[in-house]
Amino acid sequence: MKVSTQELIVDGLWRRNPALVQLLGLCPLLAVSSTAIDALALGLATLVTLLVSNLVVSLLRQWIAPAVRLPMQIAVIAGTVTVIELVTAAYLPALHDSLGIFLPLIVTNCLILARSEAFARHQSPAPAVIDGLATGSGFALTLLALGMLREVIGQGSLFAGAERLTGSHSAVAGIQVFSAEHGLILAALPPGAFILLGLLLAVCSPAYTSRRSSAARP
Amino acid sequence: MKASLAFSAVITVIVVVVMLVDAGSRERIEQSRAALTALRMAQVLPDGSFDSPLPGDRLPEESGQALELFDEDAPLPIHRYWRDGEPAAAIMQVTVPDGYNGDIVLLVGVTADRKVSGVRVISHRETPGLGDDIELRRSDWIKSFDALSLETLPQSGWAVAKRGGHFDAFTGATITPQAVIRGVYNSLVWFEQHATTVFEQPRTHAS
Repeated sequence: MKVSTQELIVDGLWRRNPALVQLLGLCPLLAVSSTAIDALALGLATLVTLLVSNLVVSLLRQWIAPAVRLPMQIAVIAGTVTVIELVTAAYLPALHDSLGIFLPLIVTNCLILARSEAFARHQSPAPAVIDGLATGSGFALTLLALGMLREVIGQGSLFAGAERLTGSHSAVAGIQVFSAEHGLILAALPPGAFILLGLLLAVCSPAYTSRRSSAARP
Repeated sequence: MKASLAFSAVITVIVVVVMLVDAGSRERIEQSRAALTALRMAQVLPDGSFDSPLPGDRLPEESGQALELFDEDAPLPIHRYWRDGEPAAAIMQVTVPDGYNGDIVLLVGVTADRKVSGVRVISHRETPGLGDDIELRRSDWIKSFDALSLETLPQSGWAVAKRGGHFDAFTGATITPQAVIRGVYNSLVWFEQHATTVFEQPRTHAS
């Protein structure tokens, strides 16, 4: 099964964007998107996990017997996430604190197993890596978009607390778009995450539907 | 058979890699944690000229338990500081169970004259944009504890303004600041009762 690089990228980022189209990995998407920085951090961690696990699963594809492929893939993913967690704890302790349990929970993000299972284990390393990059970026960008929306609407700021991602000790106030007092608190709360994701899906859906109907034409 | 060999080999490699990274990063993780803790401690105890540097001298759990200092509400761990051999200050770690979303963990610095030298929130899960004004990066509210003591502020004052107390509440959030106030108040009461005993315990490392 050969897929062109360009197609892989468009697929991962847009056509079958994991969050917007396949609705995979919504648990972290909703839980960690209350600020742009947390969303970006979790998105990047997921991207790296997907990239590494896709590469390793693809490299091991000849040795993976079909019967034990699921335990094997989960072991690869769990190992990757553990390494990422250790590195984050060592170099970005503040970020490690703020992501909390959601960093180890990347192991159970169904998006990652989905790409190993459906794609990487049938492919050579190069397309597996490109798919990991594209799909991971698609997920990270959606997460970031939701995080930015929730932070701006809920708190009036953007990228506040960026020092957690850069590892510097001086606090970064971020961009204050308007005063926090005028924020709509609903956006910062869990129901706001559902509502805003729903709106995001609704806004993107015409683009998807028109593509589908034009593709259906003979 | 071949499948199980390949499976075992892959699992072994994964475990070895994870253990190597763990061994390689352990020291760095401890350093990062210690640096983060020291940074937070320096904020609650800004006047840092003590006999031993931050994080100071931790009161050993055994001696605290033997003295029955440590009931379930005790502010733990507690670090002690001396200046020229005299008790000078302490930092208590207080876990407040009744935040809006579970535990709020605070560091409360108190000087030997029973005044608050600083309070900071170490961890919490309060609502972003609503309850997180207890963080210094969001507002200066947490600084309203500075220099207060049980003497200068009577018990009735340890509440948010709309409950007749001394502290501002945030728009739309009462439970969170109220929980923090109660945590600081309780730790001051505990310190008032036990400070003498706490400083009488031998130091864990010689200065």
